[in-house]
Amino acid sequence: MRRARTLPVPDPHADAFAGKEAFALPGVRPLRVHLLLALVAVLAAVLVGASQGSVDIPFTTVVRILVSKVLGLGSVTWPETWEEIIWQIRLPRVLLAGLVGATLAFSGAAYQGILRNPLADPYLIGVAAGAGLGATIVLVSPLPYAFGTLSLLPPAAFVGAVLAVSISYGLARSGGVAPNVTLILAGVAVSAAATSAMSFLIMANHERVATVLSWLLGGFNTATWQKVGIVLPYSLVGGVAVLASARLLNVLQLDEEEAQQLGVPVERVKLLVIVAASLATAAAVSVSGLIGFVGLIVPHTVRLLWGFDYRRLVPMSMAVGAVFLILADLAARSVLSPSEVPVGVITALCGAPFFLWLLRRHRPACSAGRRAVF
Amino acid sequence: MLEIQGIWADYGGAPVLRGVSLDVAAGEVVGLVGPNGSGKTTLVRAVTRVMPLRSGEVRLLGEDVRTLTRAALARRVAVVPQNPALPEGFTVLEMVLMGRTPHLRLLQSEGPSDLAAARRSLTQTGTTALASRFAHQLSGGERQQVVIARALAQEAPVLLLDEPTSHLDVGHQMAVMGLVRRLCQERRLAVLATIHDLTLAALYCDRLVLLDRGAVAAEGSPDSVLRPELIASAYGAEVTVLRHPASGRPVVVPLPPEADSPQAKGGIAALEPAGGGQTAAPRGGPPSGDGRRDGGER
Repeated sequence: MRRARTLPVPDPHADAFAGKEAFALPGVRPLRVHLLLALVAVLAAVLVGASQGSVDIPFTTVVRILVSKVLGLGSVTWPETWEEIIWQIRLPRVLLAGLVGATLAFSGAAYQGILRNPLADPYLIGVAAGAGLGATIVLVSPLPYAFGTLSLLPPAAFVGAVLAVSISYGLARSGGVAPNVTLILAGVAVSAAATSAMSFLIMANHERVATVLSWLLGGFNTATWQKVGIVLPYSLVGGVAVLASARLLNVLQLDEEEAQQLGVPVERVKLLVIVAASLATAAAVSVSGLIGFVGLIVPHTVRLLWGFDYRRLVPMSMAVGAVFLILADLAARSVLSPSEVPVGVITALCGAPFFLWLLRRHRPACSAGRRAVF
Repeated sequence: MLEIQGIWADYGGAPVLRGVSLDVAAGEVVGLVGPNGSGKTTLVRAVTRVMPLRSGEVRLLGEDVRTLTRAALARRVAVVPQNPALPEGFTVLEMVLMGRTPHLRLLQSEGPSDLAAARRSLTQTGTTALASRFAHQLSGGERQQVVIARALAQEAPVLLLDEPTSHLDVGHQMAVMGLVRRLCQERRLAVLATIHDLTLAALYCDRLVLLDRGAVAAEGSPDSVLRPELIASAYGAEVTVLRHPASGRPVVVPLPPEADSPQAKGGIAALEPAGGGQTAAPRGGPPSGDGRRDGGER
């Protein structure tokens, strides 16, 4: 009876899959080579970072020193001080920069994915302002901020960051859900309150302005193995949690309601990823200060180069973030050697133009038909 | 398959659903019609537990939805949303594979069986040729087919469609509804679709449920639901119900601004009026009987 009505469903391609095995499964598999290359790039950046500095040590010697320290191979044919410089000063600095870079980058990707907001970065919902306030309190208080080698600064910054994010999330959550817009607004409000408290403390103790400012700008000039040890566990656990959630982050890009109807426990995933990314970022910030731009720019750069699938985005962001911050730190300590430029200045200075160039080059493909129905 | 018993739901204010009950069996397409704000979308949201129920019960294959995990729920009911979000950067194949989410554990990636399910869905919806295109670059009709393919990949026995045809031209409306009917028969799905266009609903649905202000105003065959007095009461609109020359199903036609314009009459004369071809007074005039028809001829 409905003869005229069955419009030919466009299906002349019922067999279009035949011989088209190119439609492989998305995910990690096509990426393995790239991941391997990225790992090589990180190792290369570590080597380059460790071989450059105010004391001229030949590259081959640097490699031999590292090989002998790590693998216990080869005989010592270099001055004791060189080994000291490489192992106690440069390597922890380079590794810390890499670790912080990777952490900020994957946290930025995680925040952008969870909040479905391209402007999100790991500092958005309170980490930065909370850490800043915590650090400022320690720096302006009459207490000594270090007991021997144990500095009060990292724990204070860490606690401040975690508290601020918890307050933001707590304020945004009602009836078991924390809507994104509310979460961002709560984060902005909490950040504003913490920042003004920080400003007040700085003005009331203006003799400490320089100390506080130098902490806020961030850097790795005080890097130690101990600081690497502080960040590493948080970065590892946070990174694994975000990697494990990568497929669900893809589904979340649809829409929270659709993701639920596809079987994703949205609020639980959101909480898990926010906790993981915030703890890792808080740990990174507590030892290196507020290094801007990495968490925003690296994930976007990776998106433009490797696509939007979080299973690619998260691991590649880690690698690119690590390489980027190692090289930025290298620039920070070499450009005006022997004095240092704050590394945040370098990240913004190099990152912004590069990002803009990428954006313009890829624009036609990426912005066409952008979310016509929202 | 889908049994809804006396559900009430609200958004924190006045109730939006007021004791709605309906059943959908395997292999039938049930159309949910009703004016804007009558609770059609809310019903879809309540069934999938995206919003809480105040009271009443929703059963899927005999199980109370409140006892199911999100993934178990999504293995039983798939939804084609009204305004599907199509984020940039994902291909059609990747989008359709997202339909496999409820079948995967946290750390599991899609395997060959998931790819096979996605391919079946693409083939059945005629979207195989689109597989490697970016989803956000598709046309309106293609989007709808792709989102239907994603819902099919969930391999859930119950399929809910929220306004699947609202943004489409007449050709794509027919294509999509024809597809839904075909899938319903091929996969023995229980299909509940909210539809604005009453004529389209009458043509493609086995049964209709008319929602009015959150309650079921009528239920049954298109003939028994699409009666001028019921439509007048629910929509506050004066319409004529004619009979489709090919299918014999009701065709709902709005009355022209001047009901007795000879030109309009001449245009419609080609279709013969349905059972008396009556018009009815808009809302206010009591509909005949209690306004509720069960059963009716199929």
